[in-house]
Amino acid sequence: MINQNNLNVMSFNASKELEAEVDELISHYPVKRAASLMVLHAIQEKFGWISQDAILWAARKLELPPINLFEILTFYPMLRQQPMGRYQLKVCRTLSCALGGAYGLHRHLCDRLGLDAHAHGPQTTKDGRFTVEFVECLASCGTAPVMMCNDHFHEGVTLEKADAITSACK
Amino acid sequence: MAQEYKLILKHADAPGYGRDLDSYLHHGGYQTLGKALHMPARDLPDGKKMTAQEQIREEVKISGLRGRGGAGFSCGLKWSFVDRKSGKPIYLICNADESEPGTFKDRQIMYKDPHQLIEGMAIACFANDVHLAYIYIRGEMVDGARILNEALREARARNFIGRNILGSGYDLEIHVHRGAGAYICGEETGLIESLEGKRPYPRIKPPYFPAVLGLWMCPTIVNNVETLCNVKHIVAMGGNEFARLGTPNNTGTRIVSLSGHVRKPGYYEIEVGKATMRELIFDPQFGGGLRDGRTLKAVIPGGSSAKVFKAGEKFKLKKKDAEGRETLVETDMLDLPYDFDSLAAAGSMSGSSAIIVMDDSTDIVEALANISEFYAHESCGQCTPCREGSLWMSKTLHRLTHGEGRAGDADYLLKIADNIPGGRTICAFGEACSWPVQSFVAKFKDEFVAKGKTDEERRAGQGNELAKAPAEAAAHH
Repeated sequence: MINQNNLNVMSFNASKELEAEVDELISHYPVKRAASLMVLHAIQEKFGWISQDAILWAARKLELPPINLFEILTFYPMLRQQPMGRYQLKVCRTLSCALGGAYGLHRHLCDRLGLDAHAHGPQTTKDGRFTVEFVECLASCGTAPVMMCNDHFHEGVTLEKADAITSACK
Repeated sequence: MAQEYKLILKHADAPGYGRDLDSYLHHGGYQTLGKALHMPARDLPDGKKMTAQEQIREEVKISGLRGRGGAGFSCGLKWSFVDRKSGKPIYLICNADESEPGTFKDRQIMYKDPHQLIEGMAIACFANDVHLAYIYIRGEMVDGARILNEALREARARNFIGRNILGSGYDLEIHVHRGAGAYICGEETGLIESLEGKRPYPRIKPPYFPAVLGLWMCPTIVNNVETLCNVKHIVAMGGNEFARLGTPNNTGTRIVSLSGHVRKPGYYEIEVGKATMRELIFDPQFGGGLRDGRTLKAVIPGGSSAKVFKAGEKFKLKKKDAEGRETLVETDMLDLPYDFDSLAAAGSMSGSSAIIVMDDSTDIVEALANISEFYAHESCGQCTPCREGSLWMSKTLHRLTHGEGRAGDADYLLKIADNIPGGRTICAFGEACSWPVQSFVAKFKDEFVAKGKTDEERRAGQGNELAKAPAEAAAHH
């Protein structure tokens, strides 16, 4: 995985703001390692995903062997190991939403965006605009079905509402 | 007749109530923290003094408060386990990783009344000599993390947290820590590992009881969002007064999350045990009943891990008569009071107080397949019985719902489910993934068997020998 060529940390271009944000996050914990997840969140927020170079940069900031960050990157579903669409649609598939029509909603979104409703995992449209995926319970079961569009949360998503959400994504 | 009782959600949905600090202060916010911080030591008959901290911990014990996250463990008792003599710092973590399917109560508090949580936390921290605390919020609640950070900034600016809070000499810092989409982080030792920057693999108990060896191997308290809010009200009204709410051993209020096939899904705060399942599902002020022409099929009473109830199921519950004698009374599932003890006596649990209602349009096999897929996805993979078992159950249910079922699948599912829990796994996830399978299959066995049989017969009709059930194929040899 890691060869001599991509050990070059300089190829990750962290801005001054990111560096400052990461330093601030690290200051929240008496042990640097505890900031790992928050630091990876901060990187993903800026770049949309977490590259190997980003991991090496973060590992240096946190004074950790890179494996410590790779092992959490590969565990948590929200952390991305490759670029995703500009708009990420996460449809809740768990029971209450399923009873409320989540599968129909997911199928509708996939059909509309030319994706396969039966494929596993996140799928991205060819133009890189959308990523659609099923996720587990989003903790809003009383307003099923629910979905997220990037950071924004949408409740009681009818097919019409879903169309309006995707249409607003330019 | 049962009715809502709004203690925690008193202001959250009131018209004009904002989540900003001014709104909270306008409604008496942070007065209880002030009271707690300046509580004088109490003289005891033996000449000793009881500190403010000890008095608060005592009130919480008297209140009978039980954890609102899922296990329903006594909060006062949990606090009493904290090792206060180790010389190490004591930490407190608010478990805001609300992820149990069906549950959406903590979201209401954090998004609409974040300062109530911060005040409750600050009091709980003061009472336990904590100077550094974290709110572990699930990663998907992006706005929730922003709201809490903004509220913390406001509270810091007015010295409700920070150094020398309100001139008391007490210091406390609280930070928000975000998860990243893993259900297992709700398990308290998994949460601690996650906060330390590791994979959230739960720790084995003993020896890793958080109260002794928690965050960074220091004594640590992990409490749910709603539990911490209750602490504020206990200090405000006194433990005895709080204990008058609800029913004996099931004190205070609970926010019930109601979802699925009801007309009015939503969150309803009730005095614990003062409403029955029937009232919560059918009463117009709560769920408002089922959709037209539908009948009840099943109810999951406490989040998806809780064992399911079948409509019409009856239980023999102990009840005291007028003279205080205990008798066994046959009780319909719907007439169970919604509390910790009654649901436990009926073989299930109130868990995270999330009711999922399923009417007769529900394919019960599909419903279980959905739940099992969740657990197969969320098992952390540390213990073999859970990692493999949750996946086997999910795969078996997948074939049953995709025309590839076998008549023996029902028994096969039970066999797997019976071999995961009971001390074979490090944490209670083993139980959580098995209970739905055990209860769904046992209570709706005919539907599971019929589905498998239909599939087998269809395949036999197509002359597909290979697809026959293994037992049947073996009989031909």
